[in-house]
Amino acid sequence: MARAYTSCVIPEPAPDVWRIVRDFNGLANWTGFVNDSRIENMMRADQIGCIRSFRLKDGGVIREKLLALSDYDMSCTYSILESPMAVTDYIATLSLTPVTDGNVTFAEWQADFDCPPGREEELTRHIGGNVFQSAFNALKKQLSGR
Amino acid sequence: MVRVLASTILDAPIDQVWAILRDFNAHDRWHPAIAQSRIEDGPADMIGAVRRFRLQDGSELREQLLSLSDQTHEYRYCLLASPIPLMRYVARVRLRPVTDGGGTFWEWSSEFTPPAGRGPELTALVRDGIYLAGFEAIRARLRGDAPVARSSSPSVMPTSPLATRSGNSRNRAIVIDRHGGPEVMHLQEVDLPPPGPGHVQIRHTAIGVNFIDVYTRSGYFPLLDPPGTPGMEGAGVIEALGDGVTGITIGDRVAYACPPVGAYAERRNMSPDLMVHLGDDISDQTAAASLLKGVSASFLLYDIGRVQAGQTVLIHAAAGGIGQILVQWAMALGARVIATTSTAKVGLVESLGADLVIDYTAQDFAPTVLAATQGQGADVVFDSAGRTTFAGSLEATATRGHLVSFGQASGPVGSHDIDRLASKSITLSRPNYAHYTDTPDKLAPHVSRFFGTLRSGEVKLAAPNLYPLARAADAHRDLETRRTTGALVLTV
Repeated sequence: MARAYTSCVIPEPAPDVWRIVRDFNGLANWTGFVNDSRIENMMRADQIGCIRSFRLKDGGVIREKLLALSDYDMSCTYSILESPMAVTDYIATLSLTPVTDGNVTFAEWQADFDCPPGREEELTRHIGGNVFQSAFNALKKQLSGR
Repeated sequence: MVRVLASTILDAPIDQVWAILRDFNAHDRWHPAIAQSRIEDGPADMIGAVRRFRLQDGSELREQLLSLSDQTHEYRYCLLASPIPLMRYVARVRLRPVTDGGGTFWEWSSEFTPPAGRGPELTALVRDGIYLAGFEAIRARLRGDAPVARSSSPSVMPTSPLATRSGNSRNRAIVIDRHGGPEVMHLQEVDLPPPGPGHVQIRHTAIGVNFIDVYTRSGYFPLLDPPGTPGMEGAGVIEALGDGVTGITIGDRVAYACPPVGAYAERRNMSPDLMVHLGDDISDQTAAASLLKGVSASFLLYDIGRVQAGQTVLIHAAAGGIGQILVQWAMALGARVIATTSTAKVGLVESLGADLVIDYTAQDFAPTVLAATQGQGADVVFDSAGRTTFAGSLEATATRGHLVSFGQASGPVGSHDIDRLASKSITLSRPNYAHYTDTPDKLAPHVSRFFGTLRSGEVKLAAPNLYPLARAADAHRDLETRRTTGALVLTV
């Protein structure tokens, strides 16, 4: 099992950040690499068990299932059902924690997954950097430009 | 329960921060409020380790490590003893890496129960004085600033008014330096050490005044070798625990009615074995006013008198603290109650529901009892008056009846010829409170039974007569001269 972990400080109050990232169907609004997204089977985006199907700007399609969502903890957990990446048993959690000092946000994104032997490092770097960090960067840029 | 949480971002890698914070005994090397710390036994990263530390103002605290994880970079700990009433204080220190930039997220949080009305003040104290001050100290240390010299550092914790340099705390107590009248009782400042092994420290809010305290003071009972502090009943809050105490914790509301003496004090250390936890529906003043009397009434009625429905029960001093409980409780058990009291209190005792109230100052009670029972007498007689009533009580007791002599408010019972008991096959009991209440197993059924009668309304208690602790002598005077009805309570 491999783990990717990325965290950063977002210089905005946590509730403001959470309002954006809690939308399970909203990756296209803030990550910078998602073209469009829909929720399957007419379910709601905050209905536990719903599936989001989204297309990356590079054309890849990913389907992910919402496993847990908490407005109290400001955290969201989901698994990958289908993706171009060579990962299995992929479960990720995105969570926000308020930092009282300065009223900013500590954001964490972590994924645990299995993959073919020898590819752990490459995939960990890809997910932690090209996916999570790059999404955080896009989010910070968007918030700073408001 | 209040929750305090503070978090910050440090510009240093998590391993560097964790290396400082992980040591449960090192806070005196980085936190400005801590003067000195030591682990009581074993290594500092042993779960269960207790750190005993002194603040800059000299007050001493003890905290215990509950969990420590090098994997998640967090630990939790709780407060065992503190002069600051952070009751049930459990805190957590948690670090997380900030991968973007290589910093560290540090969250310090806790939950505790403050005394009524002190939540905002104590929350601010913990947040500003402990957590934010700690953040700044670590930040300065990571910047490479010289550590703040302890001797000159400003104390960020307020000076505790109760703390002294010795680790003992100041305490005010009624002290008697010789046996005698109420005048031998004086309020004094005394040293109170932290509780020893197996003991707890209770801060009294209400202290019960009982006739046994008069006997303690006068020397009639050898309960106190002067100088010492009388009192065997109190209610309040647990503020500190000694080693090895289980089943009770800081912040618990408790009451007790047991030896050893020492209750006439703001705070005291004692064994918690016979302490009773108080529910929200029993106030501290009610507990202090009634626990000893209620427990006594319970074993007098159930274990000794074994009062049954339909029996006739004679109760002396029925307007007194225990008398009022006995009258109501015996009525609830279905007994026919005959009560004696003095003229001014007849109305009060009648209002309790007694079937017959005898003004013993106006008439001889024994013939009146016999007349009211077709010459039979009372099946059970509860006599706490002693000298003035004992002979009459024997006369008023039925054949095969039971005379329970449990006090001597009017003076010692004196010598009597027990051969006379045979004329009516009278059973005579002379119970000692301790023998019915000196273990948790003996005490528990009486406590639950008594609190049950309060909750059901079978026994109603008048508001106690309140005296400040400093006026304990006045309370004794009023009790001894029968100036009061109902219970007397010292307030702190």
